[in-house]
Amino acid sequence: MLPTSHPWIEGETLGEHLESRGVTRRDFLVFCGQISAVLGLSELAVPGVANALQAVKRPSVIWLQLQECTGCVESVLRTADPTIGDLVLDLVSLDYSHTLMAGAGHAVEAALKDSVKTNFGKYVLIVTGSIPTKDGGIYTMLSGRTAEEVLVEVSKGAAAILAVGACAHWGSVQAARPNPTGAVGVRDIIKDKPVINIAGCPPIGDVVTATVVHFLTFGRLPATDAEGRPLFAYGKRIHDQCPRRAHFDAGQYVEEFDDEGARKGLCLYHVGCKGPATFSPCPIFQWNSHTSWPIGAGHPCIGCTEPHFWDTMTPFYERLPDVGGFGVEQRVDLLGAALALGATAGVAAHAIATGVHQMREKKRSLPVVDQPPGGGAGSGAKGA
Amino acid sequence: MAATKVVVDPITRIEGHLRIEVQAENGKITNSWASSTQFRGIELVMVGRDPRDAWAFTQRICGVCTVVHAVASCRAVEDALGITIPANAELIRNLVHGMQFVQDHVIHFYHLHALDWVDVVSALKADPEGTAKIARSISPWPNNSATHFAEVQNRVKKFVGSGQLGIFTNGYWGHPAYKLPPEVNLLGVAHYLEALDWQRDVIRLHTIFGGKNPHPNFLVGGMASAINLDSTATINAVRLSEIADMLRRARAFVEQVYWPDLVAIAGFYKDWAAIGGGAKNYLACGEFPEATVKDYDKLYFPRGVILDRDLTKVHPYDHQHVTENITSSWYEYSGGEGKALHPFEGETMAKYTGPKPPWTYLQDEPKYTWMKAPRYDGKVMEVGPLARMLVAYASGHPDVKAIVGDTLGKLGVGPAALFSTLGRTAARGMETVLLVKKLQDWYDALVARIKGGDTQTFSKDKWSPDKWPAKAQGYGYLDAPRGALGHWVQIENGKIARYQCVVPSTWNCSPRDDKGQMGAYEASLVDNHPLVNPEQPLEILRTIHSFDPCMACGVHVLDAQGNLLTEVKVQ
Repeated sequence: MLPTSHPWIEGETLGEHLESRGVTRRDFLVFCGQISAVLGLSELAVPGVANALQAVKRPSVIWLQLQECTGCVESVLRTADPTIGDLVLDLVSLDYSHTLMAGAGHAVEAALKDSVKTNFGKYVLIVTGSIPTKDGGIYTMLSGRTAEEVLVEVSKGAAAILAVGACAHWGSVQAARPNPTGAVGVRDIIKDKPVINIAGCPPIGDVVTATVVHFLTFGRLPATDAEGRPLFAYGKRIHDQCPRRAHFDAGQYVEEFDDEGARKGLCLYHVGCKGPATFSPCPIFQWNSHTSWPIGAGHPCIGCTEPHFWDTMTPFYERLPDVGGFGVEQRVDLLGAALALGATAGVAAHAIATGVHQMREKKRSLPVVDQPPGGGAGSGAKGA
Repeated sequence: MAATKVVVDPITRIEGHLRIEVQAENGKITNSWASSTQFRGIELVMVGRDPRDAWAFTQRICGVCTVVHAVASCRAVEDALGITIPANAELIRNLVHGMQFVQDHVIHFYHLHALDWVDVVSALKADPEGTAKIARSISPWPNNSATHFAEVQNRVKKFVGSGQLGIFTNGYWGHPAYKLPPEVNLLGVAHYLEALDWQRDVIRLHTIFGGKNPHPNFLVGGMASAINLDSTATINAVRLSEIADMLRRARAFVEQVYWPDLVAIAGFYKDWAAIGGGAKNYLACGEFPEATVKDYDKLYFPRGVILDRDLTKVHPYDHQHVTENITSSWYEYSGGEGKALHPFEGETMAKYTGPKPPWTYLQDEPKYTWMKAPRYDGKVMEVGPLARMLVAYASGHPDVKAIVGDTLGKLGVGPAALFSTLGRTAARGMETVLLVKKLQDWYDALVARIKGGDTQTFSKDKWSPDKWPAKAQGYGYLDAPRGALGHWVQIENGKIARYQCVVPSTWNCSPRDDKGQMGAYEASLVDNHPLVNPEQPLEILRTIHSFDPCMACGVHVLDAQGNLLTEVKVQ
């Protein structure tokens, strides 16, 4: 979405573009392999991804910022790889963005109108921020119009809508109890189109770009869970991918910050980690060019990819209550229990929660399969 | 000729939603209104919650200055609970906050402000050899070759030729206020692109100590990132050397790209040293504790207040003198809106009285914004880099005196030039140059402490709520990249009873108060301010961007005994 040092020219295919940049076919295939891995595709899919990507032309992207903090824009600015990351960002022509556009006022509103008109039915709409619905929507006004009015209008011609970040997903911090402005997510307003929720406060920028790549490569949006979150990123709990998991299973915990356990990198469950209830790619993708991630830096997960986490995951430093979403295998739980002499209550909670989770998982599994075109969030909007 | 009414909404290349309205006559702005058009109510959300969680909620006020509310919140809660954090944690917070400054200021210059001064289209006409010559004359940066600039120019040519201009669509290219020769425009464009890569790299310091950016993690009582040289999962020699490398790269870019570019570009716009001054008072709450946060005389940037641009005297800063007025804001006070309130007594009841959307003009409305009007002793204040540099300069700060003197000398202007649009932009660069060196000092101090055997990063004593008093209140200050920030918290029975923030962009974007005094943005736009073509409000962008607006930050809230009083300023 950013201008990069190697802008991609309209009409140029990605293959031509890469050639003009001196990227070899081999490097490109390596990239396709990486992006396929991110998307959870097998090695066999790599040539298909390569062919599809190579033929792609620059589609328009319109980025609306509603009631928000700009953190999601910043996160995408930090997208990982300095060369290939640029390339992914460069897949699109960013026709509207408050944060980056050179012009202002009427000039950019005209640019928005032009892009909607020219690319009607084809553009990708990225939305960050929630929509305040109380009092006629006057809590977020853009060019003198309510956020809701602008969103509804611009969504009409969108081939795909990506709701990026917790605010666009479900409202986030301003929708936390008591939700003073009546903030809601995009899916609460736009009901006649597939909306992909790139969850997180903010999400990892790479998930946003990978979703765009998926759309451009396959001509449809990725499969999602019931929350509309792409499975390639949000299909697993943090707890089940956590490098500190062995310590959980062994009953080795940080009991307070900066204690011996903290200095050995033990499990943060007892100081409030919400990893067992949180579906997120953090441990795998990591943050900021794979530098680290919250648990890696010694702080418990706060569960920011889950809806309503400001209410359901707080107090952040309290151990997870005995409901909802523990997803460890029971056998391993019991092993952990046996080793964790004395942590009986927690273990019982675990076992119960595992059962609860299994039920939830069954429910979740329904909408995650690909649906026929025109269907729900996981369906294949055509475009590009 | 009658005054022309001009609306600029959205103001782009800022954080958040800002609308500027002006009246212009004969090429000059004669009146102005700054309106923040978003409200979120975050402080209201915080009532009844665990004060140890407050940093995470308030951090979400802003994803650009993603560190500042979190640290101010930790300080407020630590003040209330009587917690002194370990020296290592203070150093780590300085490193994290200092890097926020450096990265944020560079992003601001290239990605949010440069296009006000640099004409991208003109860069196409540049002679790359000429650009290289200029670049080499001001800096040893390795990418200053004709080949590199020609490559950048070719890409931009192809890009412009495609007709798909993306974010450059409908820019004010060719506007007569653009004064740079094509060669310098090309220099600016090349470094705009380089800075995009640079910012992703150096911010990883936040990821090492806080796990991610934006919104790294913090902790009341210290930092959660434990130090252990003998573990793979903690701050160890590998992590420290990564940080050392980042600091080197940060310093090289600031000293060899950002600062030379800023000075070179400023040389072509000296007329802007007499434009856009505005408010005559400047406030800094001080920042970067070199001992504890309570050792006010050991802050790297001192605190203080400058009145009426008099640099011979620095008045002491005391948060008790801060009040907020709502005469022009969409709020009401239970005691009537005539009385300004200190944040510990502040209330906020949102009450929208503006026109029914869609809006045409707000300038004829008695109330026209979600921002309140903070005042210090009833006076309008400007906060931010310029205020900090002025307070430090007037306080006799040796580093600041040296760089201010040097810069004024290079540009051939006197100290009065600082009170301007250009002065604001220059001050931001100056403090970046100073801080990128200070980062190294803090890093060295941290390493020395670890070497000496001190690895403590967290004070455990008051972590547990059963050690807290039944009632407590605290104030957390922090001078953020955009200026003085304050968080005020009241805690009752282990829960937040009231929470308020007065933030930099609330000071600067404040509307008129009960005495009709304009806020800093508004005042700057009527201070000898040109507007040649109302259809292309480039000059307005220059001055507003010189403040680096961060509208999401204008929030406030609280509650008083169940009567929910919110006070949010913006967002």
